[in-house]
Amino acid sequence: MSTFRHPSTWIFITLLVLTWLLARMGAGWAEATGLAWAFDYPKAWVIPLKDWVSAAMKYLVEDVHFGFFTFKEFTRAISWLIEQPYNLTRALLAEGFMDGPGRRANQILPPFSWITITACVIALGHYARDWILAAIVGFAFLYLSVFGQWESAMITLSSVIIAVPIGVIGGLSLGILAYRHPLFDRMLKPLLDLMQTIPIFAYLVPILVLFGFGPVAALVATVIYAMPPMVRITTMALKAVNPEIKDFGVMTGCTQAQMTWRILVPAARSSLMVGVNQVIMLSLNMVIIASMIGAGGLGFDVLSSLRRLDIGGGFEAGIAIVILAIAVDRLSQAFSERASTHQPKSKGNALIRYKRSFAILAILVAAFLLGRIWPFFQSFPEEYWLTTGAFWDNSVKYLNINYYDAFEAIKLFFLNYFLLPTKRFFLGLPWPWALAIIALIGWRFGGWKLALMNALMTLFIVTTGMWEKAMITVYLCGVSVILASLIGIPLGVLAATNRRAGGIIGVIIDTLQTLPSFVYLIPVVMLFRIGDFTAMIAIVLYALVPAVRYAAHGVRSVRPELVEAGVVAGCTRWQLLTRIRLPLALPEVLLGLNQTIMLALSMLVITALVGTRDLGQEVYIALTKADTGRGLVAGLAIAFIAIIADRIISASARSARIRYGLEDAHG
Amino acid sequence: MRGDSRHKTTGGFPMRKLMKCALTGVATGAILATAALAEVESTDPIKLTLHDWSGQLINTQIMGAILEEAGYNVEYVQADYIAQFAGLKDGDLTLAMEIWATTGQEALDEATATGNVVNAGETGLQAIEEWWYPLYMKERCPGLPDWQALKACSAEFATAETAPKGRYVGGPVTWGGFDDERVEALDLGFEVVHAGTDAALFAELESAYQREAPVILWVYVPHWAPAKFEGEFVDFPPYSAECYSDPSVGVNPDMAYDCGKPRGPIWKAAWAGMEEKWPGAYAAVQAYTLTNAEMSAMVGEVDLDGKSVEDVVDAWMDSNEARWTAWIGQ
Repeated sequence: MSTFRHPSTWIFITLLVLTWLLARMGAGWAEATGLAWAFDYPKAWVIPLKDWVSAAMKYLVEDVHFGFFTFKEFTRAISWLIEQPYNLTRALLAEGFMDGPGRRANQILPPFSWITITACVIALGHYARDWILAAIVGFAFLYLSVFGQWESAMITLSSVIIAVPIGVIGGLSLGILAYRHPLFDRMLKPLLDLMQTIPIFAYLVPILVLFGFGPVAALVATVIYAMPPMVRITTMALKAVNPEIKDFGVMTGCTQAQMTWRILVPAARSSLMVGVNQVIMLSLNMVIIASMIGAGGLGFDVLSSLRRLDIGGGFEAGIAIVILAIAVDRLSQAFSERASTHQPKSKGNALIRYKRSFAILAILVAAFLLGRIWPFFQSFPEEYWLTTGAFWDNSVKYLNINYYDAFEAIKLFFLNYFLLPTKRFFLGLPWPWALAIIALIGWRFGGWKLALMNALMTLFIVTTGMWEKAMITVYLCGVSVILASLIGIPLGVLAATNRRAGGIIGVIIDTLQTLPSFVYLIPVVMLFRIGDFTAMIAIVLYALVPAVRYAAHGVRSVRPELVEAGVVAGCTRWQLLTRIRLPLALPEVLLGLNQTIMLALSMLVITALVGTRDLGQEVYIALTKADTGRGLVAGLAIAFIAIIADRIISASARSARIRYGLEDAHG
Repeated sequence: MRGDSRHKTTGGFPMRKLMKCALTGVATGAILATAALAEVESTDPIKLTLHDWSGQLINTQIMGAILEEAGYNVEYVQADYIAQFAGLKDGDLTLAMEIWATTGQEALDEATATGNVVNAGETGLQAIEEWWYPLYMKERCPGLPDWQALKACSAEFATAETAPKGRYVGGPVTWGGFDDERVEALDLGFEVVHAGTDAALFAELESAYQREAPVILWVYVPHWAPAKFEGEFVDFPPYSAECYSDPSVGVNPDMAYDCGKPRGPIWKAAWAGMEEKWPGAYAAVQAYTLTNAEMSAMVGEVDLDGKSVEDVVDAWMDSNEARWTAWIGQ
């Protein structure tokens, strides 16, 4: 390979060896030479940033005044505004309208019957695509009824119904603003990076204080988490609109508003729908965390089941989340495809044109009236509920009793030969050396700008006194990312080259992505006990998804001419894979790696629930102690690790693309 | 719809019904409630906090039910155990029914010091937190429950990662507990592994119990675990404030924390404005007490027998009418 002839490669290898030596031997002689501060950042040098943040937050909540009202009154007004439609949706879907408070309340009006809502999604499926989709979403909702998850699922659905439009409209407006004003765009970008990488736990406390306790705070957190992709996709999609279409707008004398809403947004509609889909999926990912601060629904069922060690109950509620997510995802994808193709207007009178709406209206009335007499038509009867809970409980018990020793042996092997040596390496690194190396890597891939940014971010982590926890974070994520890539990339290649395997892997990946990790975290604790290994398994399972996805996508999108050229030249299948498909898929694989790292970092807060000692734990402790400053500073440290990794990998992916002629060097 | 029980009987959780109550207060309660509840001081909702363990849910909902019987408007809000103090201080939340002296004392003291939160007295429940082992470990480590026995047989509790030391699973670091210090002061030969959450802690117990494998961990009561698993608390030298603060006191003359964990009441904490706004309700809150035995039985019914919290609360309300009518002064 030509890379090895490059002189800087040798410099890097030498540096790597030096770093390793330093990590192994350093601490010993540092004591002797008075350089201990380089290994263990002195407490006295720590900048009390977290106290400043807490003080600023206190000022914001207690003292900031906009003349007529305080900042807190302002946020509370927002939360009141969000609460009204939310309460209405919730009453319609899940709870009905009640008369009088508490225990003595009577229901005046029941919620929509399960039959009505199922019919409604079937009609939506048919409208968006065809009867097949209608059947899929219909079965999904039927599943929720039959497995007794209906009411919780409807509570979760109502928060998604409220959070998604807010996220989409907010994201769209910010995206349009960023498109119009490049300066705003540049200011917004780092903020979006932070919104996506700071763990939600880090800003839950300020949200609770500002928006009040209850479901609204959970909704606000969901929106903050789910909105950034919408902003990015909007800006990107508007930029990608064909310039001829824009010119046409200019020629016909459009005002700025007309240009945006009549020309650009409709032209970018299909890309925008991808953003909507992202917002929906991310909102559903938030279900568990949102339920920790009062969102209720399926997320709460998962948490409270696992708290009682009712593993079966947790699995059932978790699978209900997966089913709900798949149904909503398929529907929104069908809508996005429908938006990008022109539909012929259906002909005939109103009754025919709005046949689905009339049918649903008829079912609504019928179900309501029949439900007054036979409860079956109102809510699916409890006697017919199915449960698989005992199956999950017994499976875990069986594995635990019969295979525990085997698991223990595997665990010890990984711990002794992989995890612990890596941990020792990272904890042994002196921070000034690490800082220099990170800056150097930045310089190698992205010039002095990236070098400076890397150095400043690392310095932030050091000076706020989080070096050790950050190193444990890097170690835990590092080993998980390596394992996830080792498992995920071959799976992705397999999925791309073998149709049948692709189908199966696709289902597994979809499930892993939407199944709340808490569901499998507790069984994993039972089989592997509390410790880094358990945390690693949870991270690998979650971070595997993008590794598989991007590898598959990369291999699939290699230009067929190139593969054919290989076939003509007489390549074997193995040669086709290693000489043509994989090298050309490399940029995609690198992007997948990037996403794997992001997901691994975002799992840290969840693994803190098992008991790790990294930045995730710091954020979690801050949450339970309601310490805004501590949580935000630790959250920023995690975000900075993510951003450093992201920038380095993006830069190297770009240079890989240039090397294979997929991108112009000046592009 | 209130009468029929559409909830799962196994593993069900009455959150939905709770949320109904909560919602009612917001949606229609304000208008419709006024007439029915004219006799109470204020029909604004009294907001009770819910956490994620069954005992607290039962406790809170019994209190809520009593207040409703007295005519007050009650709303339940899901809140974090420590984070709720921020809400209690500014009146967003009105009442927290379980602040454990063992885990929440510091936060409670800090909050009452601001003058915005008041300690509304004991719930009558006594919290115990201590090292706990399943009964089958008694054979492998004779001499238990006396703590001295642990010194001799710490290796019985060892795992490959901790050997030759024993492995003790402590609570989340946020619970405090000074177990690392205790191990050192009493020279126990154990390594403390901190669970991240309550769920992870008891997952370890369940796993070991299924295999009858050695385990020793932090257990607290009132909790369902001692009802499901047979076992005992370790008898450490009894706790005293001096033992924690003064190295010379206790078994080890050179170190503090050479004794067991403190035991103490579970407090009720309220927003300071509650007494003024709803004096009758506040009096009822102060009068309210349960016993450990009652609570353990109810927690067992919910977590082990799979009854819904609401059914258990209803049953308590029916069979203890004389008690709670006295509390609300009727």
